[in-house]
Amino acid sequence: MPAESSHANVVAGHAGSIAVPPHALRHHFADLEQQRETATLGMWVFLITEVMFFGGMFAAYLVYRVAYPVAFQEASQHMAFLAGTVNTAVLICSSLFVACAVHAAQTGERKQIVFFLILALLLGMVFLGIKAVEYHDHWVEHTVPGASFQFQGTDPVHSEVFFALYFVMTGFHALHMLIGVGLVAVIIYFAWQGRYSPAYHTPVENVGLYWHFVDIIWIFLYPLLYLISHKHIY
Amino acid sequence: MAEVIVSRKIYVLVWLALMILTGLTAAISFVNLGTWSAPVAIGIASVKVLLVALFFMHLRYTQSKIVWVWAIAGIFWLTILFCLSMTDYITRGYLRVPGK
Repeated sequence: MPAESSHANVVAGHAGSIAVPPHALRHHFADLEQQRETATLGMWVFLITEVMFFGGMFAAYLVYRVAYPVAFQEASQHMAFLAGTVNTAVLICSSLFVACAVHAAQTGERKQIVFFLILALLLGMVFLGIKAVEYHDHWVEHTVPGASFQFQGTDPVHSEVFFALYFVMTGFHALHMLIGVGLVAVIIYFAWQGRYSPAYHTPVENVGLYWHFVDIIWIFLYPLLYLISHKHIY
Repeated sequence: MAEVIVSRKIYVLVWLALMILTGLTAAISFVNLGTWSAPVAIGIASVKVLLVALFFMHLRYTQSKIVWVWAIAGIFWLTILFCLSMTDYITRGYLRVPGK
């Protein structure tokens, strides 16, 4: 029934009834409620596949960490503790702003969605900037795995494994951050155009879920990579 | 099943808790806890992740049980990945293999 979806639909559950723009409801859903729940579930399924993707790398870390604790501890002493801690705080703040943006979408405050998402976007870029400086410092200090890797320690070979895991894990995390920044930019544009309303704002919510997930990965990376260095593991 | 709107006050409280826990785990990393260093750091990180998932990701407020099923399935399969891998790697030295 294509004619039905082209008319303004009405969604219950909010204060009063809200008219829904015709582009919001796809024809294969019964109503917006079903569409929203389906989209949210789909996002969670996707995020669980992402959990398993990163899980493989965390498992590799665990195996080598248990096998070579001293080499990992020594390597971790070359990590920028302050940069890692600041980046953790930056991501937590960005997550708060994304949560506030979702709140603004639910209550239909267009300018606040844009405002909070721009803050989150800027913090995402700050994170990537700090990460880039860290990568540069590792490059200068020859702690990038490969032909020019140099390390003074009891077990340089397995300290190199730590740095390999560090670059792969934070590299994939940074890639996810880049994608997140791009997605948030798109949502800012659509929000500015007034595409989202209390009745329809699933894209804001799902990009928010993605952003929080990327935050979660970093929350685990931070202790594993930065906090094992202070001369006291195991 | 109407959508639940979480108040901004709760978001700010969760943010505050996350920032305090970050400061705490950073401070604790300077203290030598011996064997307990890693478990404590991972424990604090797990609490932070739980806060993010429950409040920022609305897991606490979702009325759709199948979202919970997926979230728990993720933890379940991760546990299998870590535990079964480690039962191999940790126990490799238990039995002497002749010639190795």
